[in-house]
Amino acid sequence: MASNKKYWKNEAELNPNDSIVEALRQNEFSQEIPVDEFLGDKETLSTSTTNRRDFLKYVGFSTAAATVAACEGPVNRSIPYVVQPDNIVPGVANYYATTIADGFDFASILVKTREGRPIKIENNADAKVNGDANARVNASVLTLYDSKRVQGPMANGEPVEWKVLDATVRAKLGSLKGSGKQIVLLTQTYASPSTDKLIAEFKTQYGDNVNHVVYDAISEDAALNAFQAAYGERALADYDFEKADVIVSFGADFLGDWQGGGYDSGYAKGRVPKNGKMSKHIQLESNMSLSGANADKRYPMTPAQQKIALAKLYGKLNGTNVGGGTSDVDAAVEKVAAQIKKAGSKAVVVTGLNDINAQTVVLAINKLLGSEAFDTDKPKYVRQGDVAKVNKLVTDMNAGRVGALIIDGVNPVYSLPNAADFVTGLDKVDVSVSFAFNNDETAQSVGYVAAASHYLESWGDAQIKKGHYSLMQPVIRELFDTRQFQSALLNWMDSDKTYYEYIKENWNTDILQSSDWNKTLQDGVFVASSNGEEEEGAESAPVQAEGVEEEQSEIIPIASSIRSLINATSQGAQLVLYSKVGMGDGRQANNPWLQEFPDPISRASWDNYVTVSKADAEKLELENYNVANGGLNGSYVKLTVDGAVLENVPVIIQPGQANGTVGLSFGYGKKAGMQAEMATGVNAYTLYKDFSDVQSVNIEKTAGEHEFACVQLHNTLMGRGDIIKETTLEIFNTKDHQEWNHMPQVSLNHQEIPVTSPDADLWEEFDRSIGHHFNLSIDLNACTGCGACVIACHAENNVPVVGKREVRLSRDMHWLRIDRYYSSEDTFVQDDEKKENMDGLWGDNGSLGGFGQMEDPSANPQVAFQPVMCQHCNHAPCETVCPVAATSHGRQGQNQMAYNRCVGTRYCANNCPYKVRRFNWFLYADNDEFNFNMNNDLGKMVINPDVNVRSRGVMEKCSMCIQMTQKTILDAKREGRTVKDGEFQTACSAACSSGAMVFGDVNDEHSKIAELKEDDRMYHLLEHVGTKPNVFYHVKVRNDNEA
Amino acid sequence: MWLCRTFVTDFRPSKTIVLSINGNNRAKDFDRNFVNMKKVLYRHLFSKVLGFSFLFFSISFYAQDAAEAAGGDPAKGKQLFNQNCAACHALDRKMTGPALANVEARLSEDEGLDREWLSAWIKNSPGMIKSGDAYANKIYAEYNQAAMTAFPTLSDQDISDILAYTAAPPPAPVAVAAVEGDGDGAKGGSSGISNELILGALAMVFGLLVIMLILVNRTLRRIAEANGVSIEKEKAEKRIPIWKAFAQNQFLVLVSVIFLLLASAYFAYGWLMQIGVDQGYEPIQPIHYSHRIHAGDNKIECKYCHSSARVSKTSGIPSLNVCMNCHKSIYKVADETLAEGQKIGVDYNKEIQKLYKAVGWDEEEQEYTGETQPVQWVRVHNLPDFAYFNHSQHVSVAGVECQTCHGPVEEMEVVYQYAPLTMGWCINCHRETNVKMEGNEYYAAIHAELSKKYGVEELTAAMMGGLECGKCHY
Repeated sequence: MASNKKYWKNEAELNPNDSIVEALRQNEFSQEIPVDEFLGDKETLSTSTTNRRDFLKYVGFSTAAATVAACEGPVNRSIPYVVQPDNIVPGVANYYATTIADGFDFASILVKTREGRPIKIENNADAKVNGDANARVNASVLTLYDSKRVQGPMANGEPVEWKVLDATVRAKLGSLKGSGKQIVLLTQTYASPSTDKLIAEFKTQYGDNVNHVVYDAISEDAALNAFQAAYGERALADYDFEKADVIVSFGADFLGDWQGGGYDSGYAKGRVPKNGKMSKHIQLESNMSLSGANADKRYPMTPAQQKIALAKLYGKLNGTNVGGGTSDVDAAVEKVAAQIKKAGSKAVVVTGLNDINAQTVVLAINKLLGSEAFDTDKPKYVRQGDVAKVNKLVTDMNAGRVGALIIDGVNPVYSLPNAADFVTGLDKVDVSVSFAFNNDETAQSVGYVAAASHYLESWGDAQIKKGHYSLMQPVIRELFDTRQFQSALLNWMDSDKTYYEYIKENWNTDILQSSDWNKTLQDGVFVASSNGEEEEGAESAPVQAEGVEEEQSEIIPIASSIRSLINATSQGAQLVLYSKVGMGDGRQANNPWLQEFPDPISRASWDNYVTVSKADAEKLELENYNVANGGLNGSYVKLTVDGAVLENVPVIIQPGQANGTVGLSFGYGKKAGMQAEMATGVNAYTLYKDFSDVQSVNIEKTAGEHEFACVQLHNTLMGRGDIIKETTLEIFNTKDHQEWNHMPQVSLNHQEIPVTSPDADLWEEFDRSIGHHFNLSIDLNACTGCGACVIACHAENNVPVVGKREVRLSRDMHWLRIDRYYSSEDTFVQDDEKKENMDGLWGDNGSLGGFGQMEDPSANPQVAFQPVMCQHCNHAPCETVCPVAATSHGRQGQNQMAYNRCVGTRYCANNCPYKVRRFNWFLYADNDEFNFNMNNDLGKMVINPDVNVRSRGVMEKCSMCIQMTQKTILDAKREGRTVKDGEFQTACSAACSSGAMVFGDVNDEHSKIAELKEDDRMYHLLEHVGTKPNVFYHVKVRNDNEA
Repeated sequence: MWLCRTFVTDFRPSKTIVLSINGNNRAKDFDRNFVNMKKVLYRHLFSKVLGFSFLFFSISFYAQDAAEAAGGDPAKGKQLFNQNCAACHALDRKMTGPALANVEARLSEDEGLDREWLSAWIKNSPGMIKSGDAYANKIYAEYNQAAMTAFPTLSDQDISDILAYTAAPPPAPVAVAAVEGDGDGAKGGSSGISNELILGALAMVFGLLVIMLILVNRTLRRIAEANGVSIEKEKAEKRIPIWKAFAQNQFLVLVSVIFLLLASAYFAYGWLMQIGVDQGYEPIQPIHYSHRIHAGDNKIECKYCHSSARVSKTSGIPSLNVCMNCHKSIYKVADETLAEGQKIGVDYNKEIQKLYKAVGWDEEEQEYTGETQPVQWVRVHNLPDFAYFNHSQHVSVAGVECQTCHGPVEEMEVVYQYAPLTMGWCINCHRETNVKMEGNEYYAAIHAELSKKYGVEELTAAMMGGLECGKCHY
């Protein structure tokens, strides 16, 4: 049978007497229409000079005026090309393969352009490595049209011409040549063979005093150092989670941004039960991360505990006794070790602890296991930042040893913890140039701002993983007077080559072997065949000369690492800094799509906040509560880390947060070069001392309450509990599917029949057997909750951004939401175990705190993600209540919405059991009140011309991307062929890298979707309502196998 | 024709030649030729292949007056000229190649080159250039080193004919067009006046009738008074006036009120329904482009210019480079056409100049200046944003003729909106039109099943689901 877990989305729901939750359950719209605002005040009404007659006059005149105005249509102009480019046909989209490598996100992607405008990012199926765009990469197309971009070079805040800037820099570089002062290039990680070569040439031209410092805002320095020590190359080990049966993660959010991310597709493949098997994922972590949310077993632990556990695990696997004595993590370690031993080489261990010892031990463990998922031969190059060099740079700058500083792709004044030192140091640098996209903090501090191009306007290349190359090509001419760093470098080196020519030459000589440049450019990716790569690896490895020395340097002795890990202690509360799926390191903070993107875990948008466990919150008297309009409010705290203070940080009580730790995400609190609406949150980088993401913190409650824009309580499903069906692998393997995927029954003539039976149907069934019948399958096992689909849907369907205030009022417009449910076991098995394991009176496993926790189901909940969009019911409740027949049914399975017919009664939204309909309260396009991308000419360029921009007073919802299916059908018709399986896609299914969403035609018997529909795990949302949706889900199976 | 960019000639424009030719005539023929464009192209190719076997036929014979002495037939020559030469040469102006009026005389006078040279050049100009002939190389250099296509298939007689034509073109139908044009202009004006005249006359007749009636009435009264007949005014006063009678008859009042209400509702509805329907919308365009001439007279296929209609949702307004494919050589219209334009107050030649200005074409130098002014056409067919229409679906897949929706464009001097473009109009067509399914693999299975279901052989778009809201509104 389906598990009898209790699902809840918010603490408040656990309280049966919570009036707000009850009210929200009962009311579809949490607020009444605010007529009181203009009619409620008797006094204003009586003093108003507008009497009834005047009112009628106004109405009469405005009606007449509107009628007259409607009589004459506007004159529309059409301006064709003078000379039409060969490859552009107006109305037909072109796709180009390119690569994003902005220093934080690395992916090979396709860009869809219409009439020369990039409008959408899609996955590059040809890419074997990082071919999937995450939420941020999907949103990066809107960043191109950022209205706050630097539109031309500037000197001391005044616009200048490039030639002035060039002349200044060239003169300075020339004068520094051979002098004692350094020329420093402070850049992002490029992972670009051509850029590396270019910088090397720059060094030869301007002498040894050229110093290239690579800086990652969120550092992976420890992992890089550990790998370098062990394998001699400054890179990151690659992991293929598809090959792993047991995945153990010590604080590594590998489904998020850990070590550059891109691991979710491999992970998800192993998570779908095949032949009764699926991978087992154990997560030991502090914050509730995306990976922790997907884990089969999650142990909340402080970072210190994780270190100890890691050391002990090594001991267990190695057969040595580590640390002696017992500690509170032993039980967990015991289980983890047993699992790993059982899986042998099919196990893999990863860690996100930013500690060289932990990283060394993990490398050692994987080596020891001979893990198949572990790849050190072809490591990844997506992070190369060197903390030591960055620190030295700041020292050098302050000591006046830097003559010229050229910054590209990073914003150190914002993201350095010691930004103040950097700024004082800048004054002592003779010439400072920043390649800036926005007029950000760094751009405002340097002498010269070189306006930087967006990656969609630039040439480039990347070697994401050794031997896996990809090319970046411009898909639009520079929108403004901007230049990319490499072009400027070439210019300053007096080269007459363009960067395009430079790359092409470099690729033809060094990389392509005998492959064709044009073909590679078209594909976007190139994999070096293994024989060629040996010689080449040595050359193009991004680590230069100094690597050789360190190769000789002694490998950190594992014993000392273990010793230091086992002695890990922590004092006071631990602040664990992390990056959100939506915001990353904050370089796209001015992107309204990302700001409005609800965090997969907290479901809060437009904010960062400190996450606190419930127990700690009670201790500190921190509160979260819902107010009458459904919005979530929370307390403020003041965070102090070693003298650095962050005031007014809002608090979210996060189930699953390890006691004694709090979390805070990077990427927010940016102020410069931002639109006021987008300058949200607090800057966590100020607490990022010594580039360590774990800090001892002092938390102090301060006055005031914060208003969150959190969608977690919105649109609750009226308490219907069979929305997420979940079972365990054991039950799944042993029991009949009726047991764990029960079909609701109804009584007909005193006989129980399945609710889907035609006899139980009130409605005439439409004939959908002819032509296409579209279905969408969503596998809850494969869905990691990453949210790429949400942004892809935004981009494809012109979904408006409504802003924080409106989200708070439940007026968010996302056609596709990813519901996150917490669950806690119904039985007390877990609590019994806990009781058994109690150890002493104090501590995390102490009986004093322990008993309290046992009563609290939210200490370590299990999490399930469920993407919900319009279910396209065959018997749609919305259709029957529409008074104007604006929503109707299509033969191909779509529930269609004719916006022009809608009069906005909102009956349909009321009658929808899934709460997927969205009402346009305002005209979000062309409205200064909603000053987001659709309100300016630049931001409008991202609008998909095939989809309508909805006006106010109109209901809208997921259309199952009918524009895409129609296009596929039309293409097939034009070519006179049938449609192949896999050709039909929606924006969400195309964006889904984990394969959780599959779209297709169920009338095509051979299609994948038809097969998935017959699967035992298939169920429909709220099957008992009898709506017969065309979206179906697959029961979530958790691997509860114990070794 | 525009593909034959490699034409080269050795003739330069002579200052001495009197422009006695009626160029417009030629241009008209040119238009006609244009229809056969592809054929002409092919001929060029064909001739190239055959060419070499006919090299170096010399003509023993030449005279001062080429036209007479060569015995060429200017009429035939004109035909040949238009077929072979007109893409790059005009008689009276430099184009890709030099002006050719009196070329033979000019060459022999200025350069001392005879018919033999000319003939050899026409048949194999690249060979002449290679052979190092001084004048050949000079002219080659002068015209941007674009070699003239060799015409080995032209017989000596053909060449004589052409040269006869260049020396003395057959007289054009002298200024008929102009006279006609004037006449038409007057007629156009007078037709307006005549209407007024007729109306005025009618009004006068009517007025006269009224006056006559009044006079007759007065006379009769006078006669009656004279005869002592009293007119019974009192009787009329006693009778209830008709409007009073009407007001007293409640039934009649009710019926007429209902009738009035219904009638006004009918007209109000009719009036409201035409709001936003711009059928007949005929905006003035920045360049007076005549579909009548292009699609009608010259029979240019619609999709030659509106090529994206085959593959895209939009039919596409042709970019100006498409215009220049032909208008590089067609720099003015025939006299008759010009006259037709004058009737409606349009100077077509000026419109062509507008094109040149927009696209940045320097006629003198025969090159693009790069200074462009994109044309802001006024959109005639405006579908609202919420309606999705795809041309390729209708044009390529369904094979619908453009005229079905756009009307007789080939007869339109100025394009107007022919169809109402209302939803009812779309839907009707979807209901009535059978989908073209033959030979389209996509429809095979659907057709078999649907025709079984509906028991018909031909399926309408509606049966295919073409009436669903979501097919056009998303």
